[in-house]
Amino acid sequence: MTTDDERMERLLKQSLLPTSTQPGATLQRDLWPVMLERLDEASVALPWFDWALLAAVVVWLAIFPRAIPVLLYHL
Amino acid sequence: MPTVEQPRELLQRFSRGEVDAFEELFRLHQGEVYRWILRIVRDPAIAEDLTVETFWRIHRSHARFDSARSFEAWARRIASNAALDYLRSRPRETELPDDLPQAPQPDPGIAQELRQKTAQAFGRLPPKLQIAATLALIEEQPYKEIAEALGISTGAVKLRVFRALRLLRKNLQRQGVEP
Repeated sequence: MTTDDERMERLLKQSLLPTSTQPGATLQRDLWPVMLERLDEASVALPWFDWALLAAVVVWLAIFPRAIPVLLYHL
Repeated sequence: MPTVEQPRELLQRFSRGEVDAFEELFRLHQGEVYRWILRIVRDPAIAEDLTVETFWRIHRSHARFDSARSFEAWARRIASNAALDYLRSRPRETELPDDLPQAPQPDPGIAQELRQKTAQAFGRLPPKLQIAATLALIEEQPYKEIAEALGISTGAVKLRVFRALRLLRKNLQRQGVEP
């Protein structure tokens, strides 16, 4: 590392302080309730593949309406 | 990040997908994960969001977790990736704020304006270089820990830090600032 690099490093350390010296350095609240919300949302949300499959079935039934009783029989 | 001992059984229950075990690990590690992310993104609100995002990724990957390995190291790796994704996605204009807190006793030889320009130029560095330099130089984290968290060798971390300093100096010179 050259003198220029060392000077740059010093300047950077003067410009940005370690986060441990700043407000909010430690977590101020329990994030578990937020995590739970996220888990609940995910359990309700359907993956894109399921939506694509559903769309394919709807299109198929629109083209071949006679297939509806067959589908219902198999459900 | 200080090591917190977990019973092997807790980690095994987590890897089997038990939500109770996940909750226990979440409560044990949320503070450390938050602090690690904060060191990278330097914004408490964003660090909170990314902590939840990190644990969401942890939850999704529970089946891939090897309970013989360290949960802390695995969580830190996932947290670093989440923070890196954030740095890559954020708009360039909204990088580091102008009113960053300065050192309590700033070097009188370094002008306030120069420090601000340095902080802004640092925020415009490529995220991979920025993370390595932030953790190594500003946060003074051990190189070995940074390497593990970023999934690279210690030598690669040193190289990124070196490149970050060079690029930062070049960017400042381009603005007419002689660091």
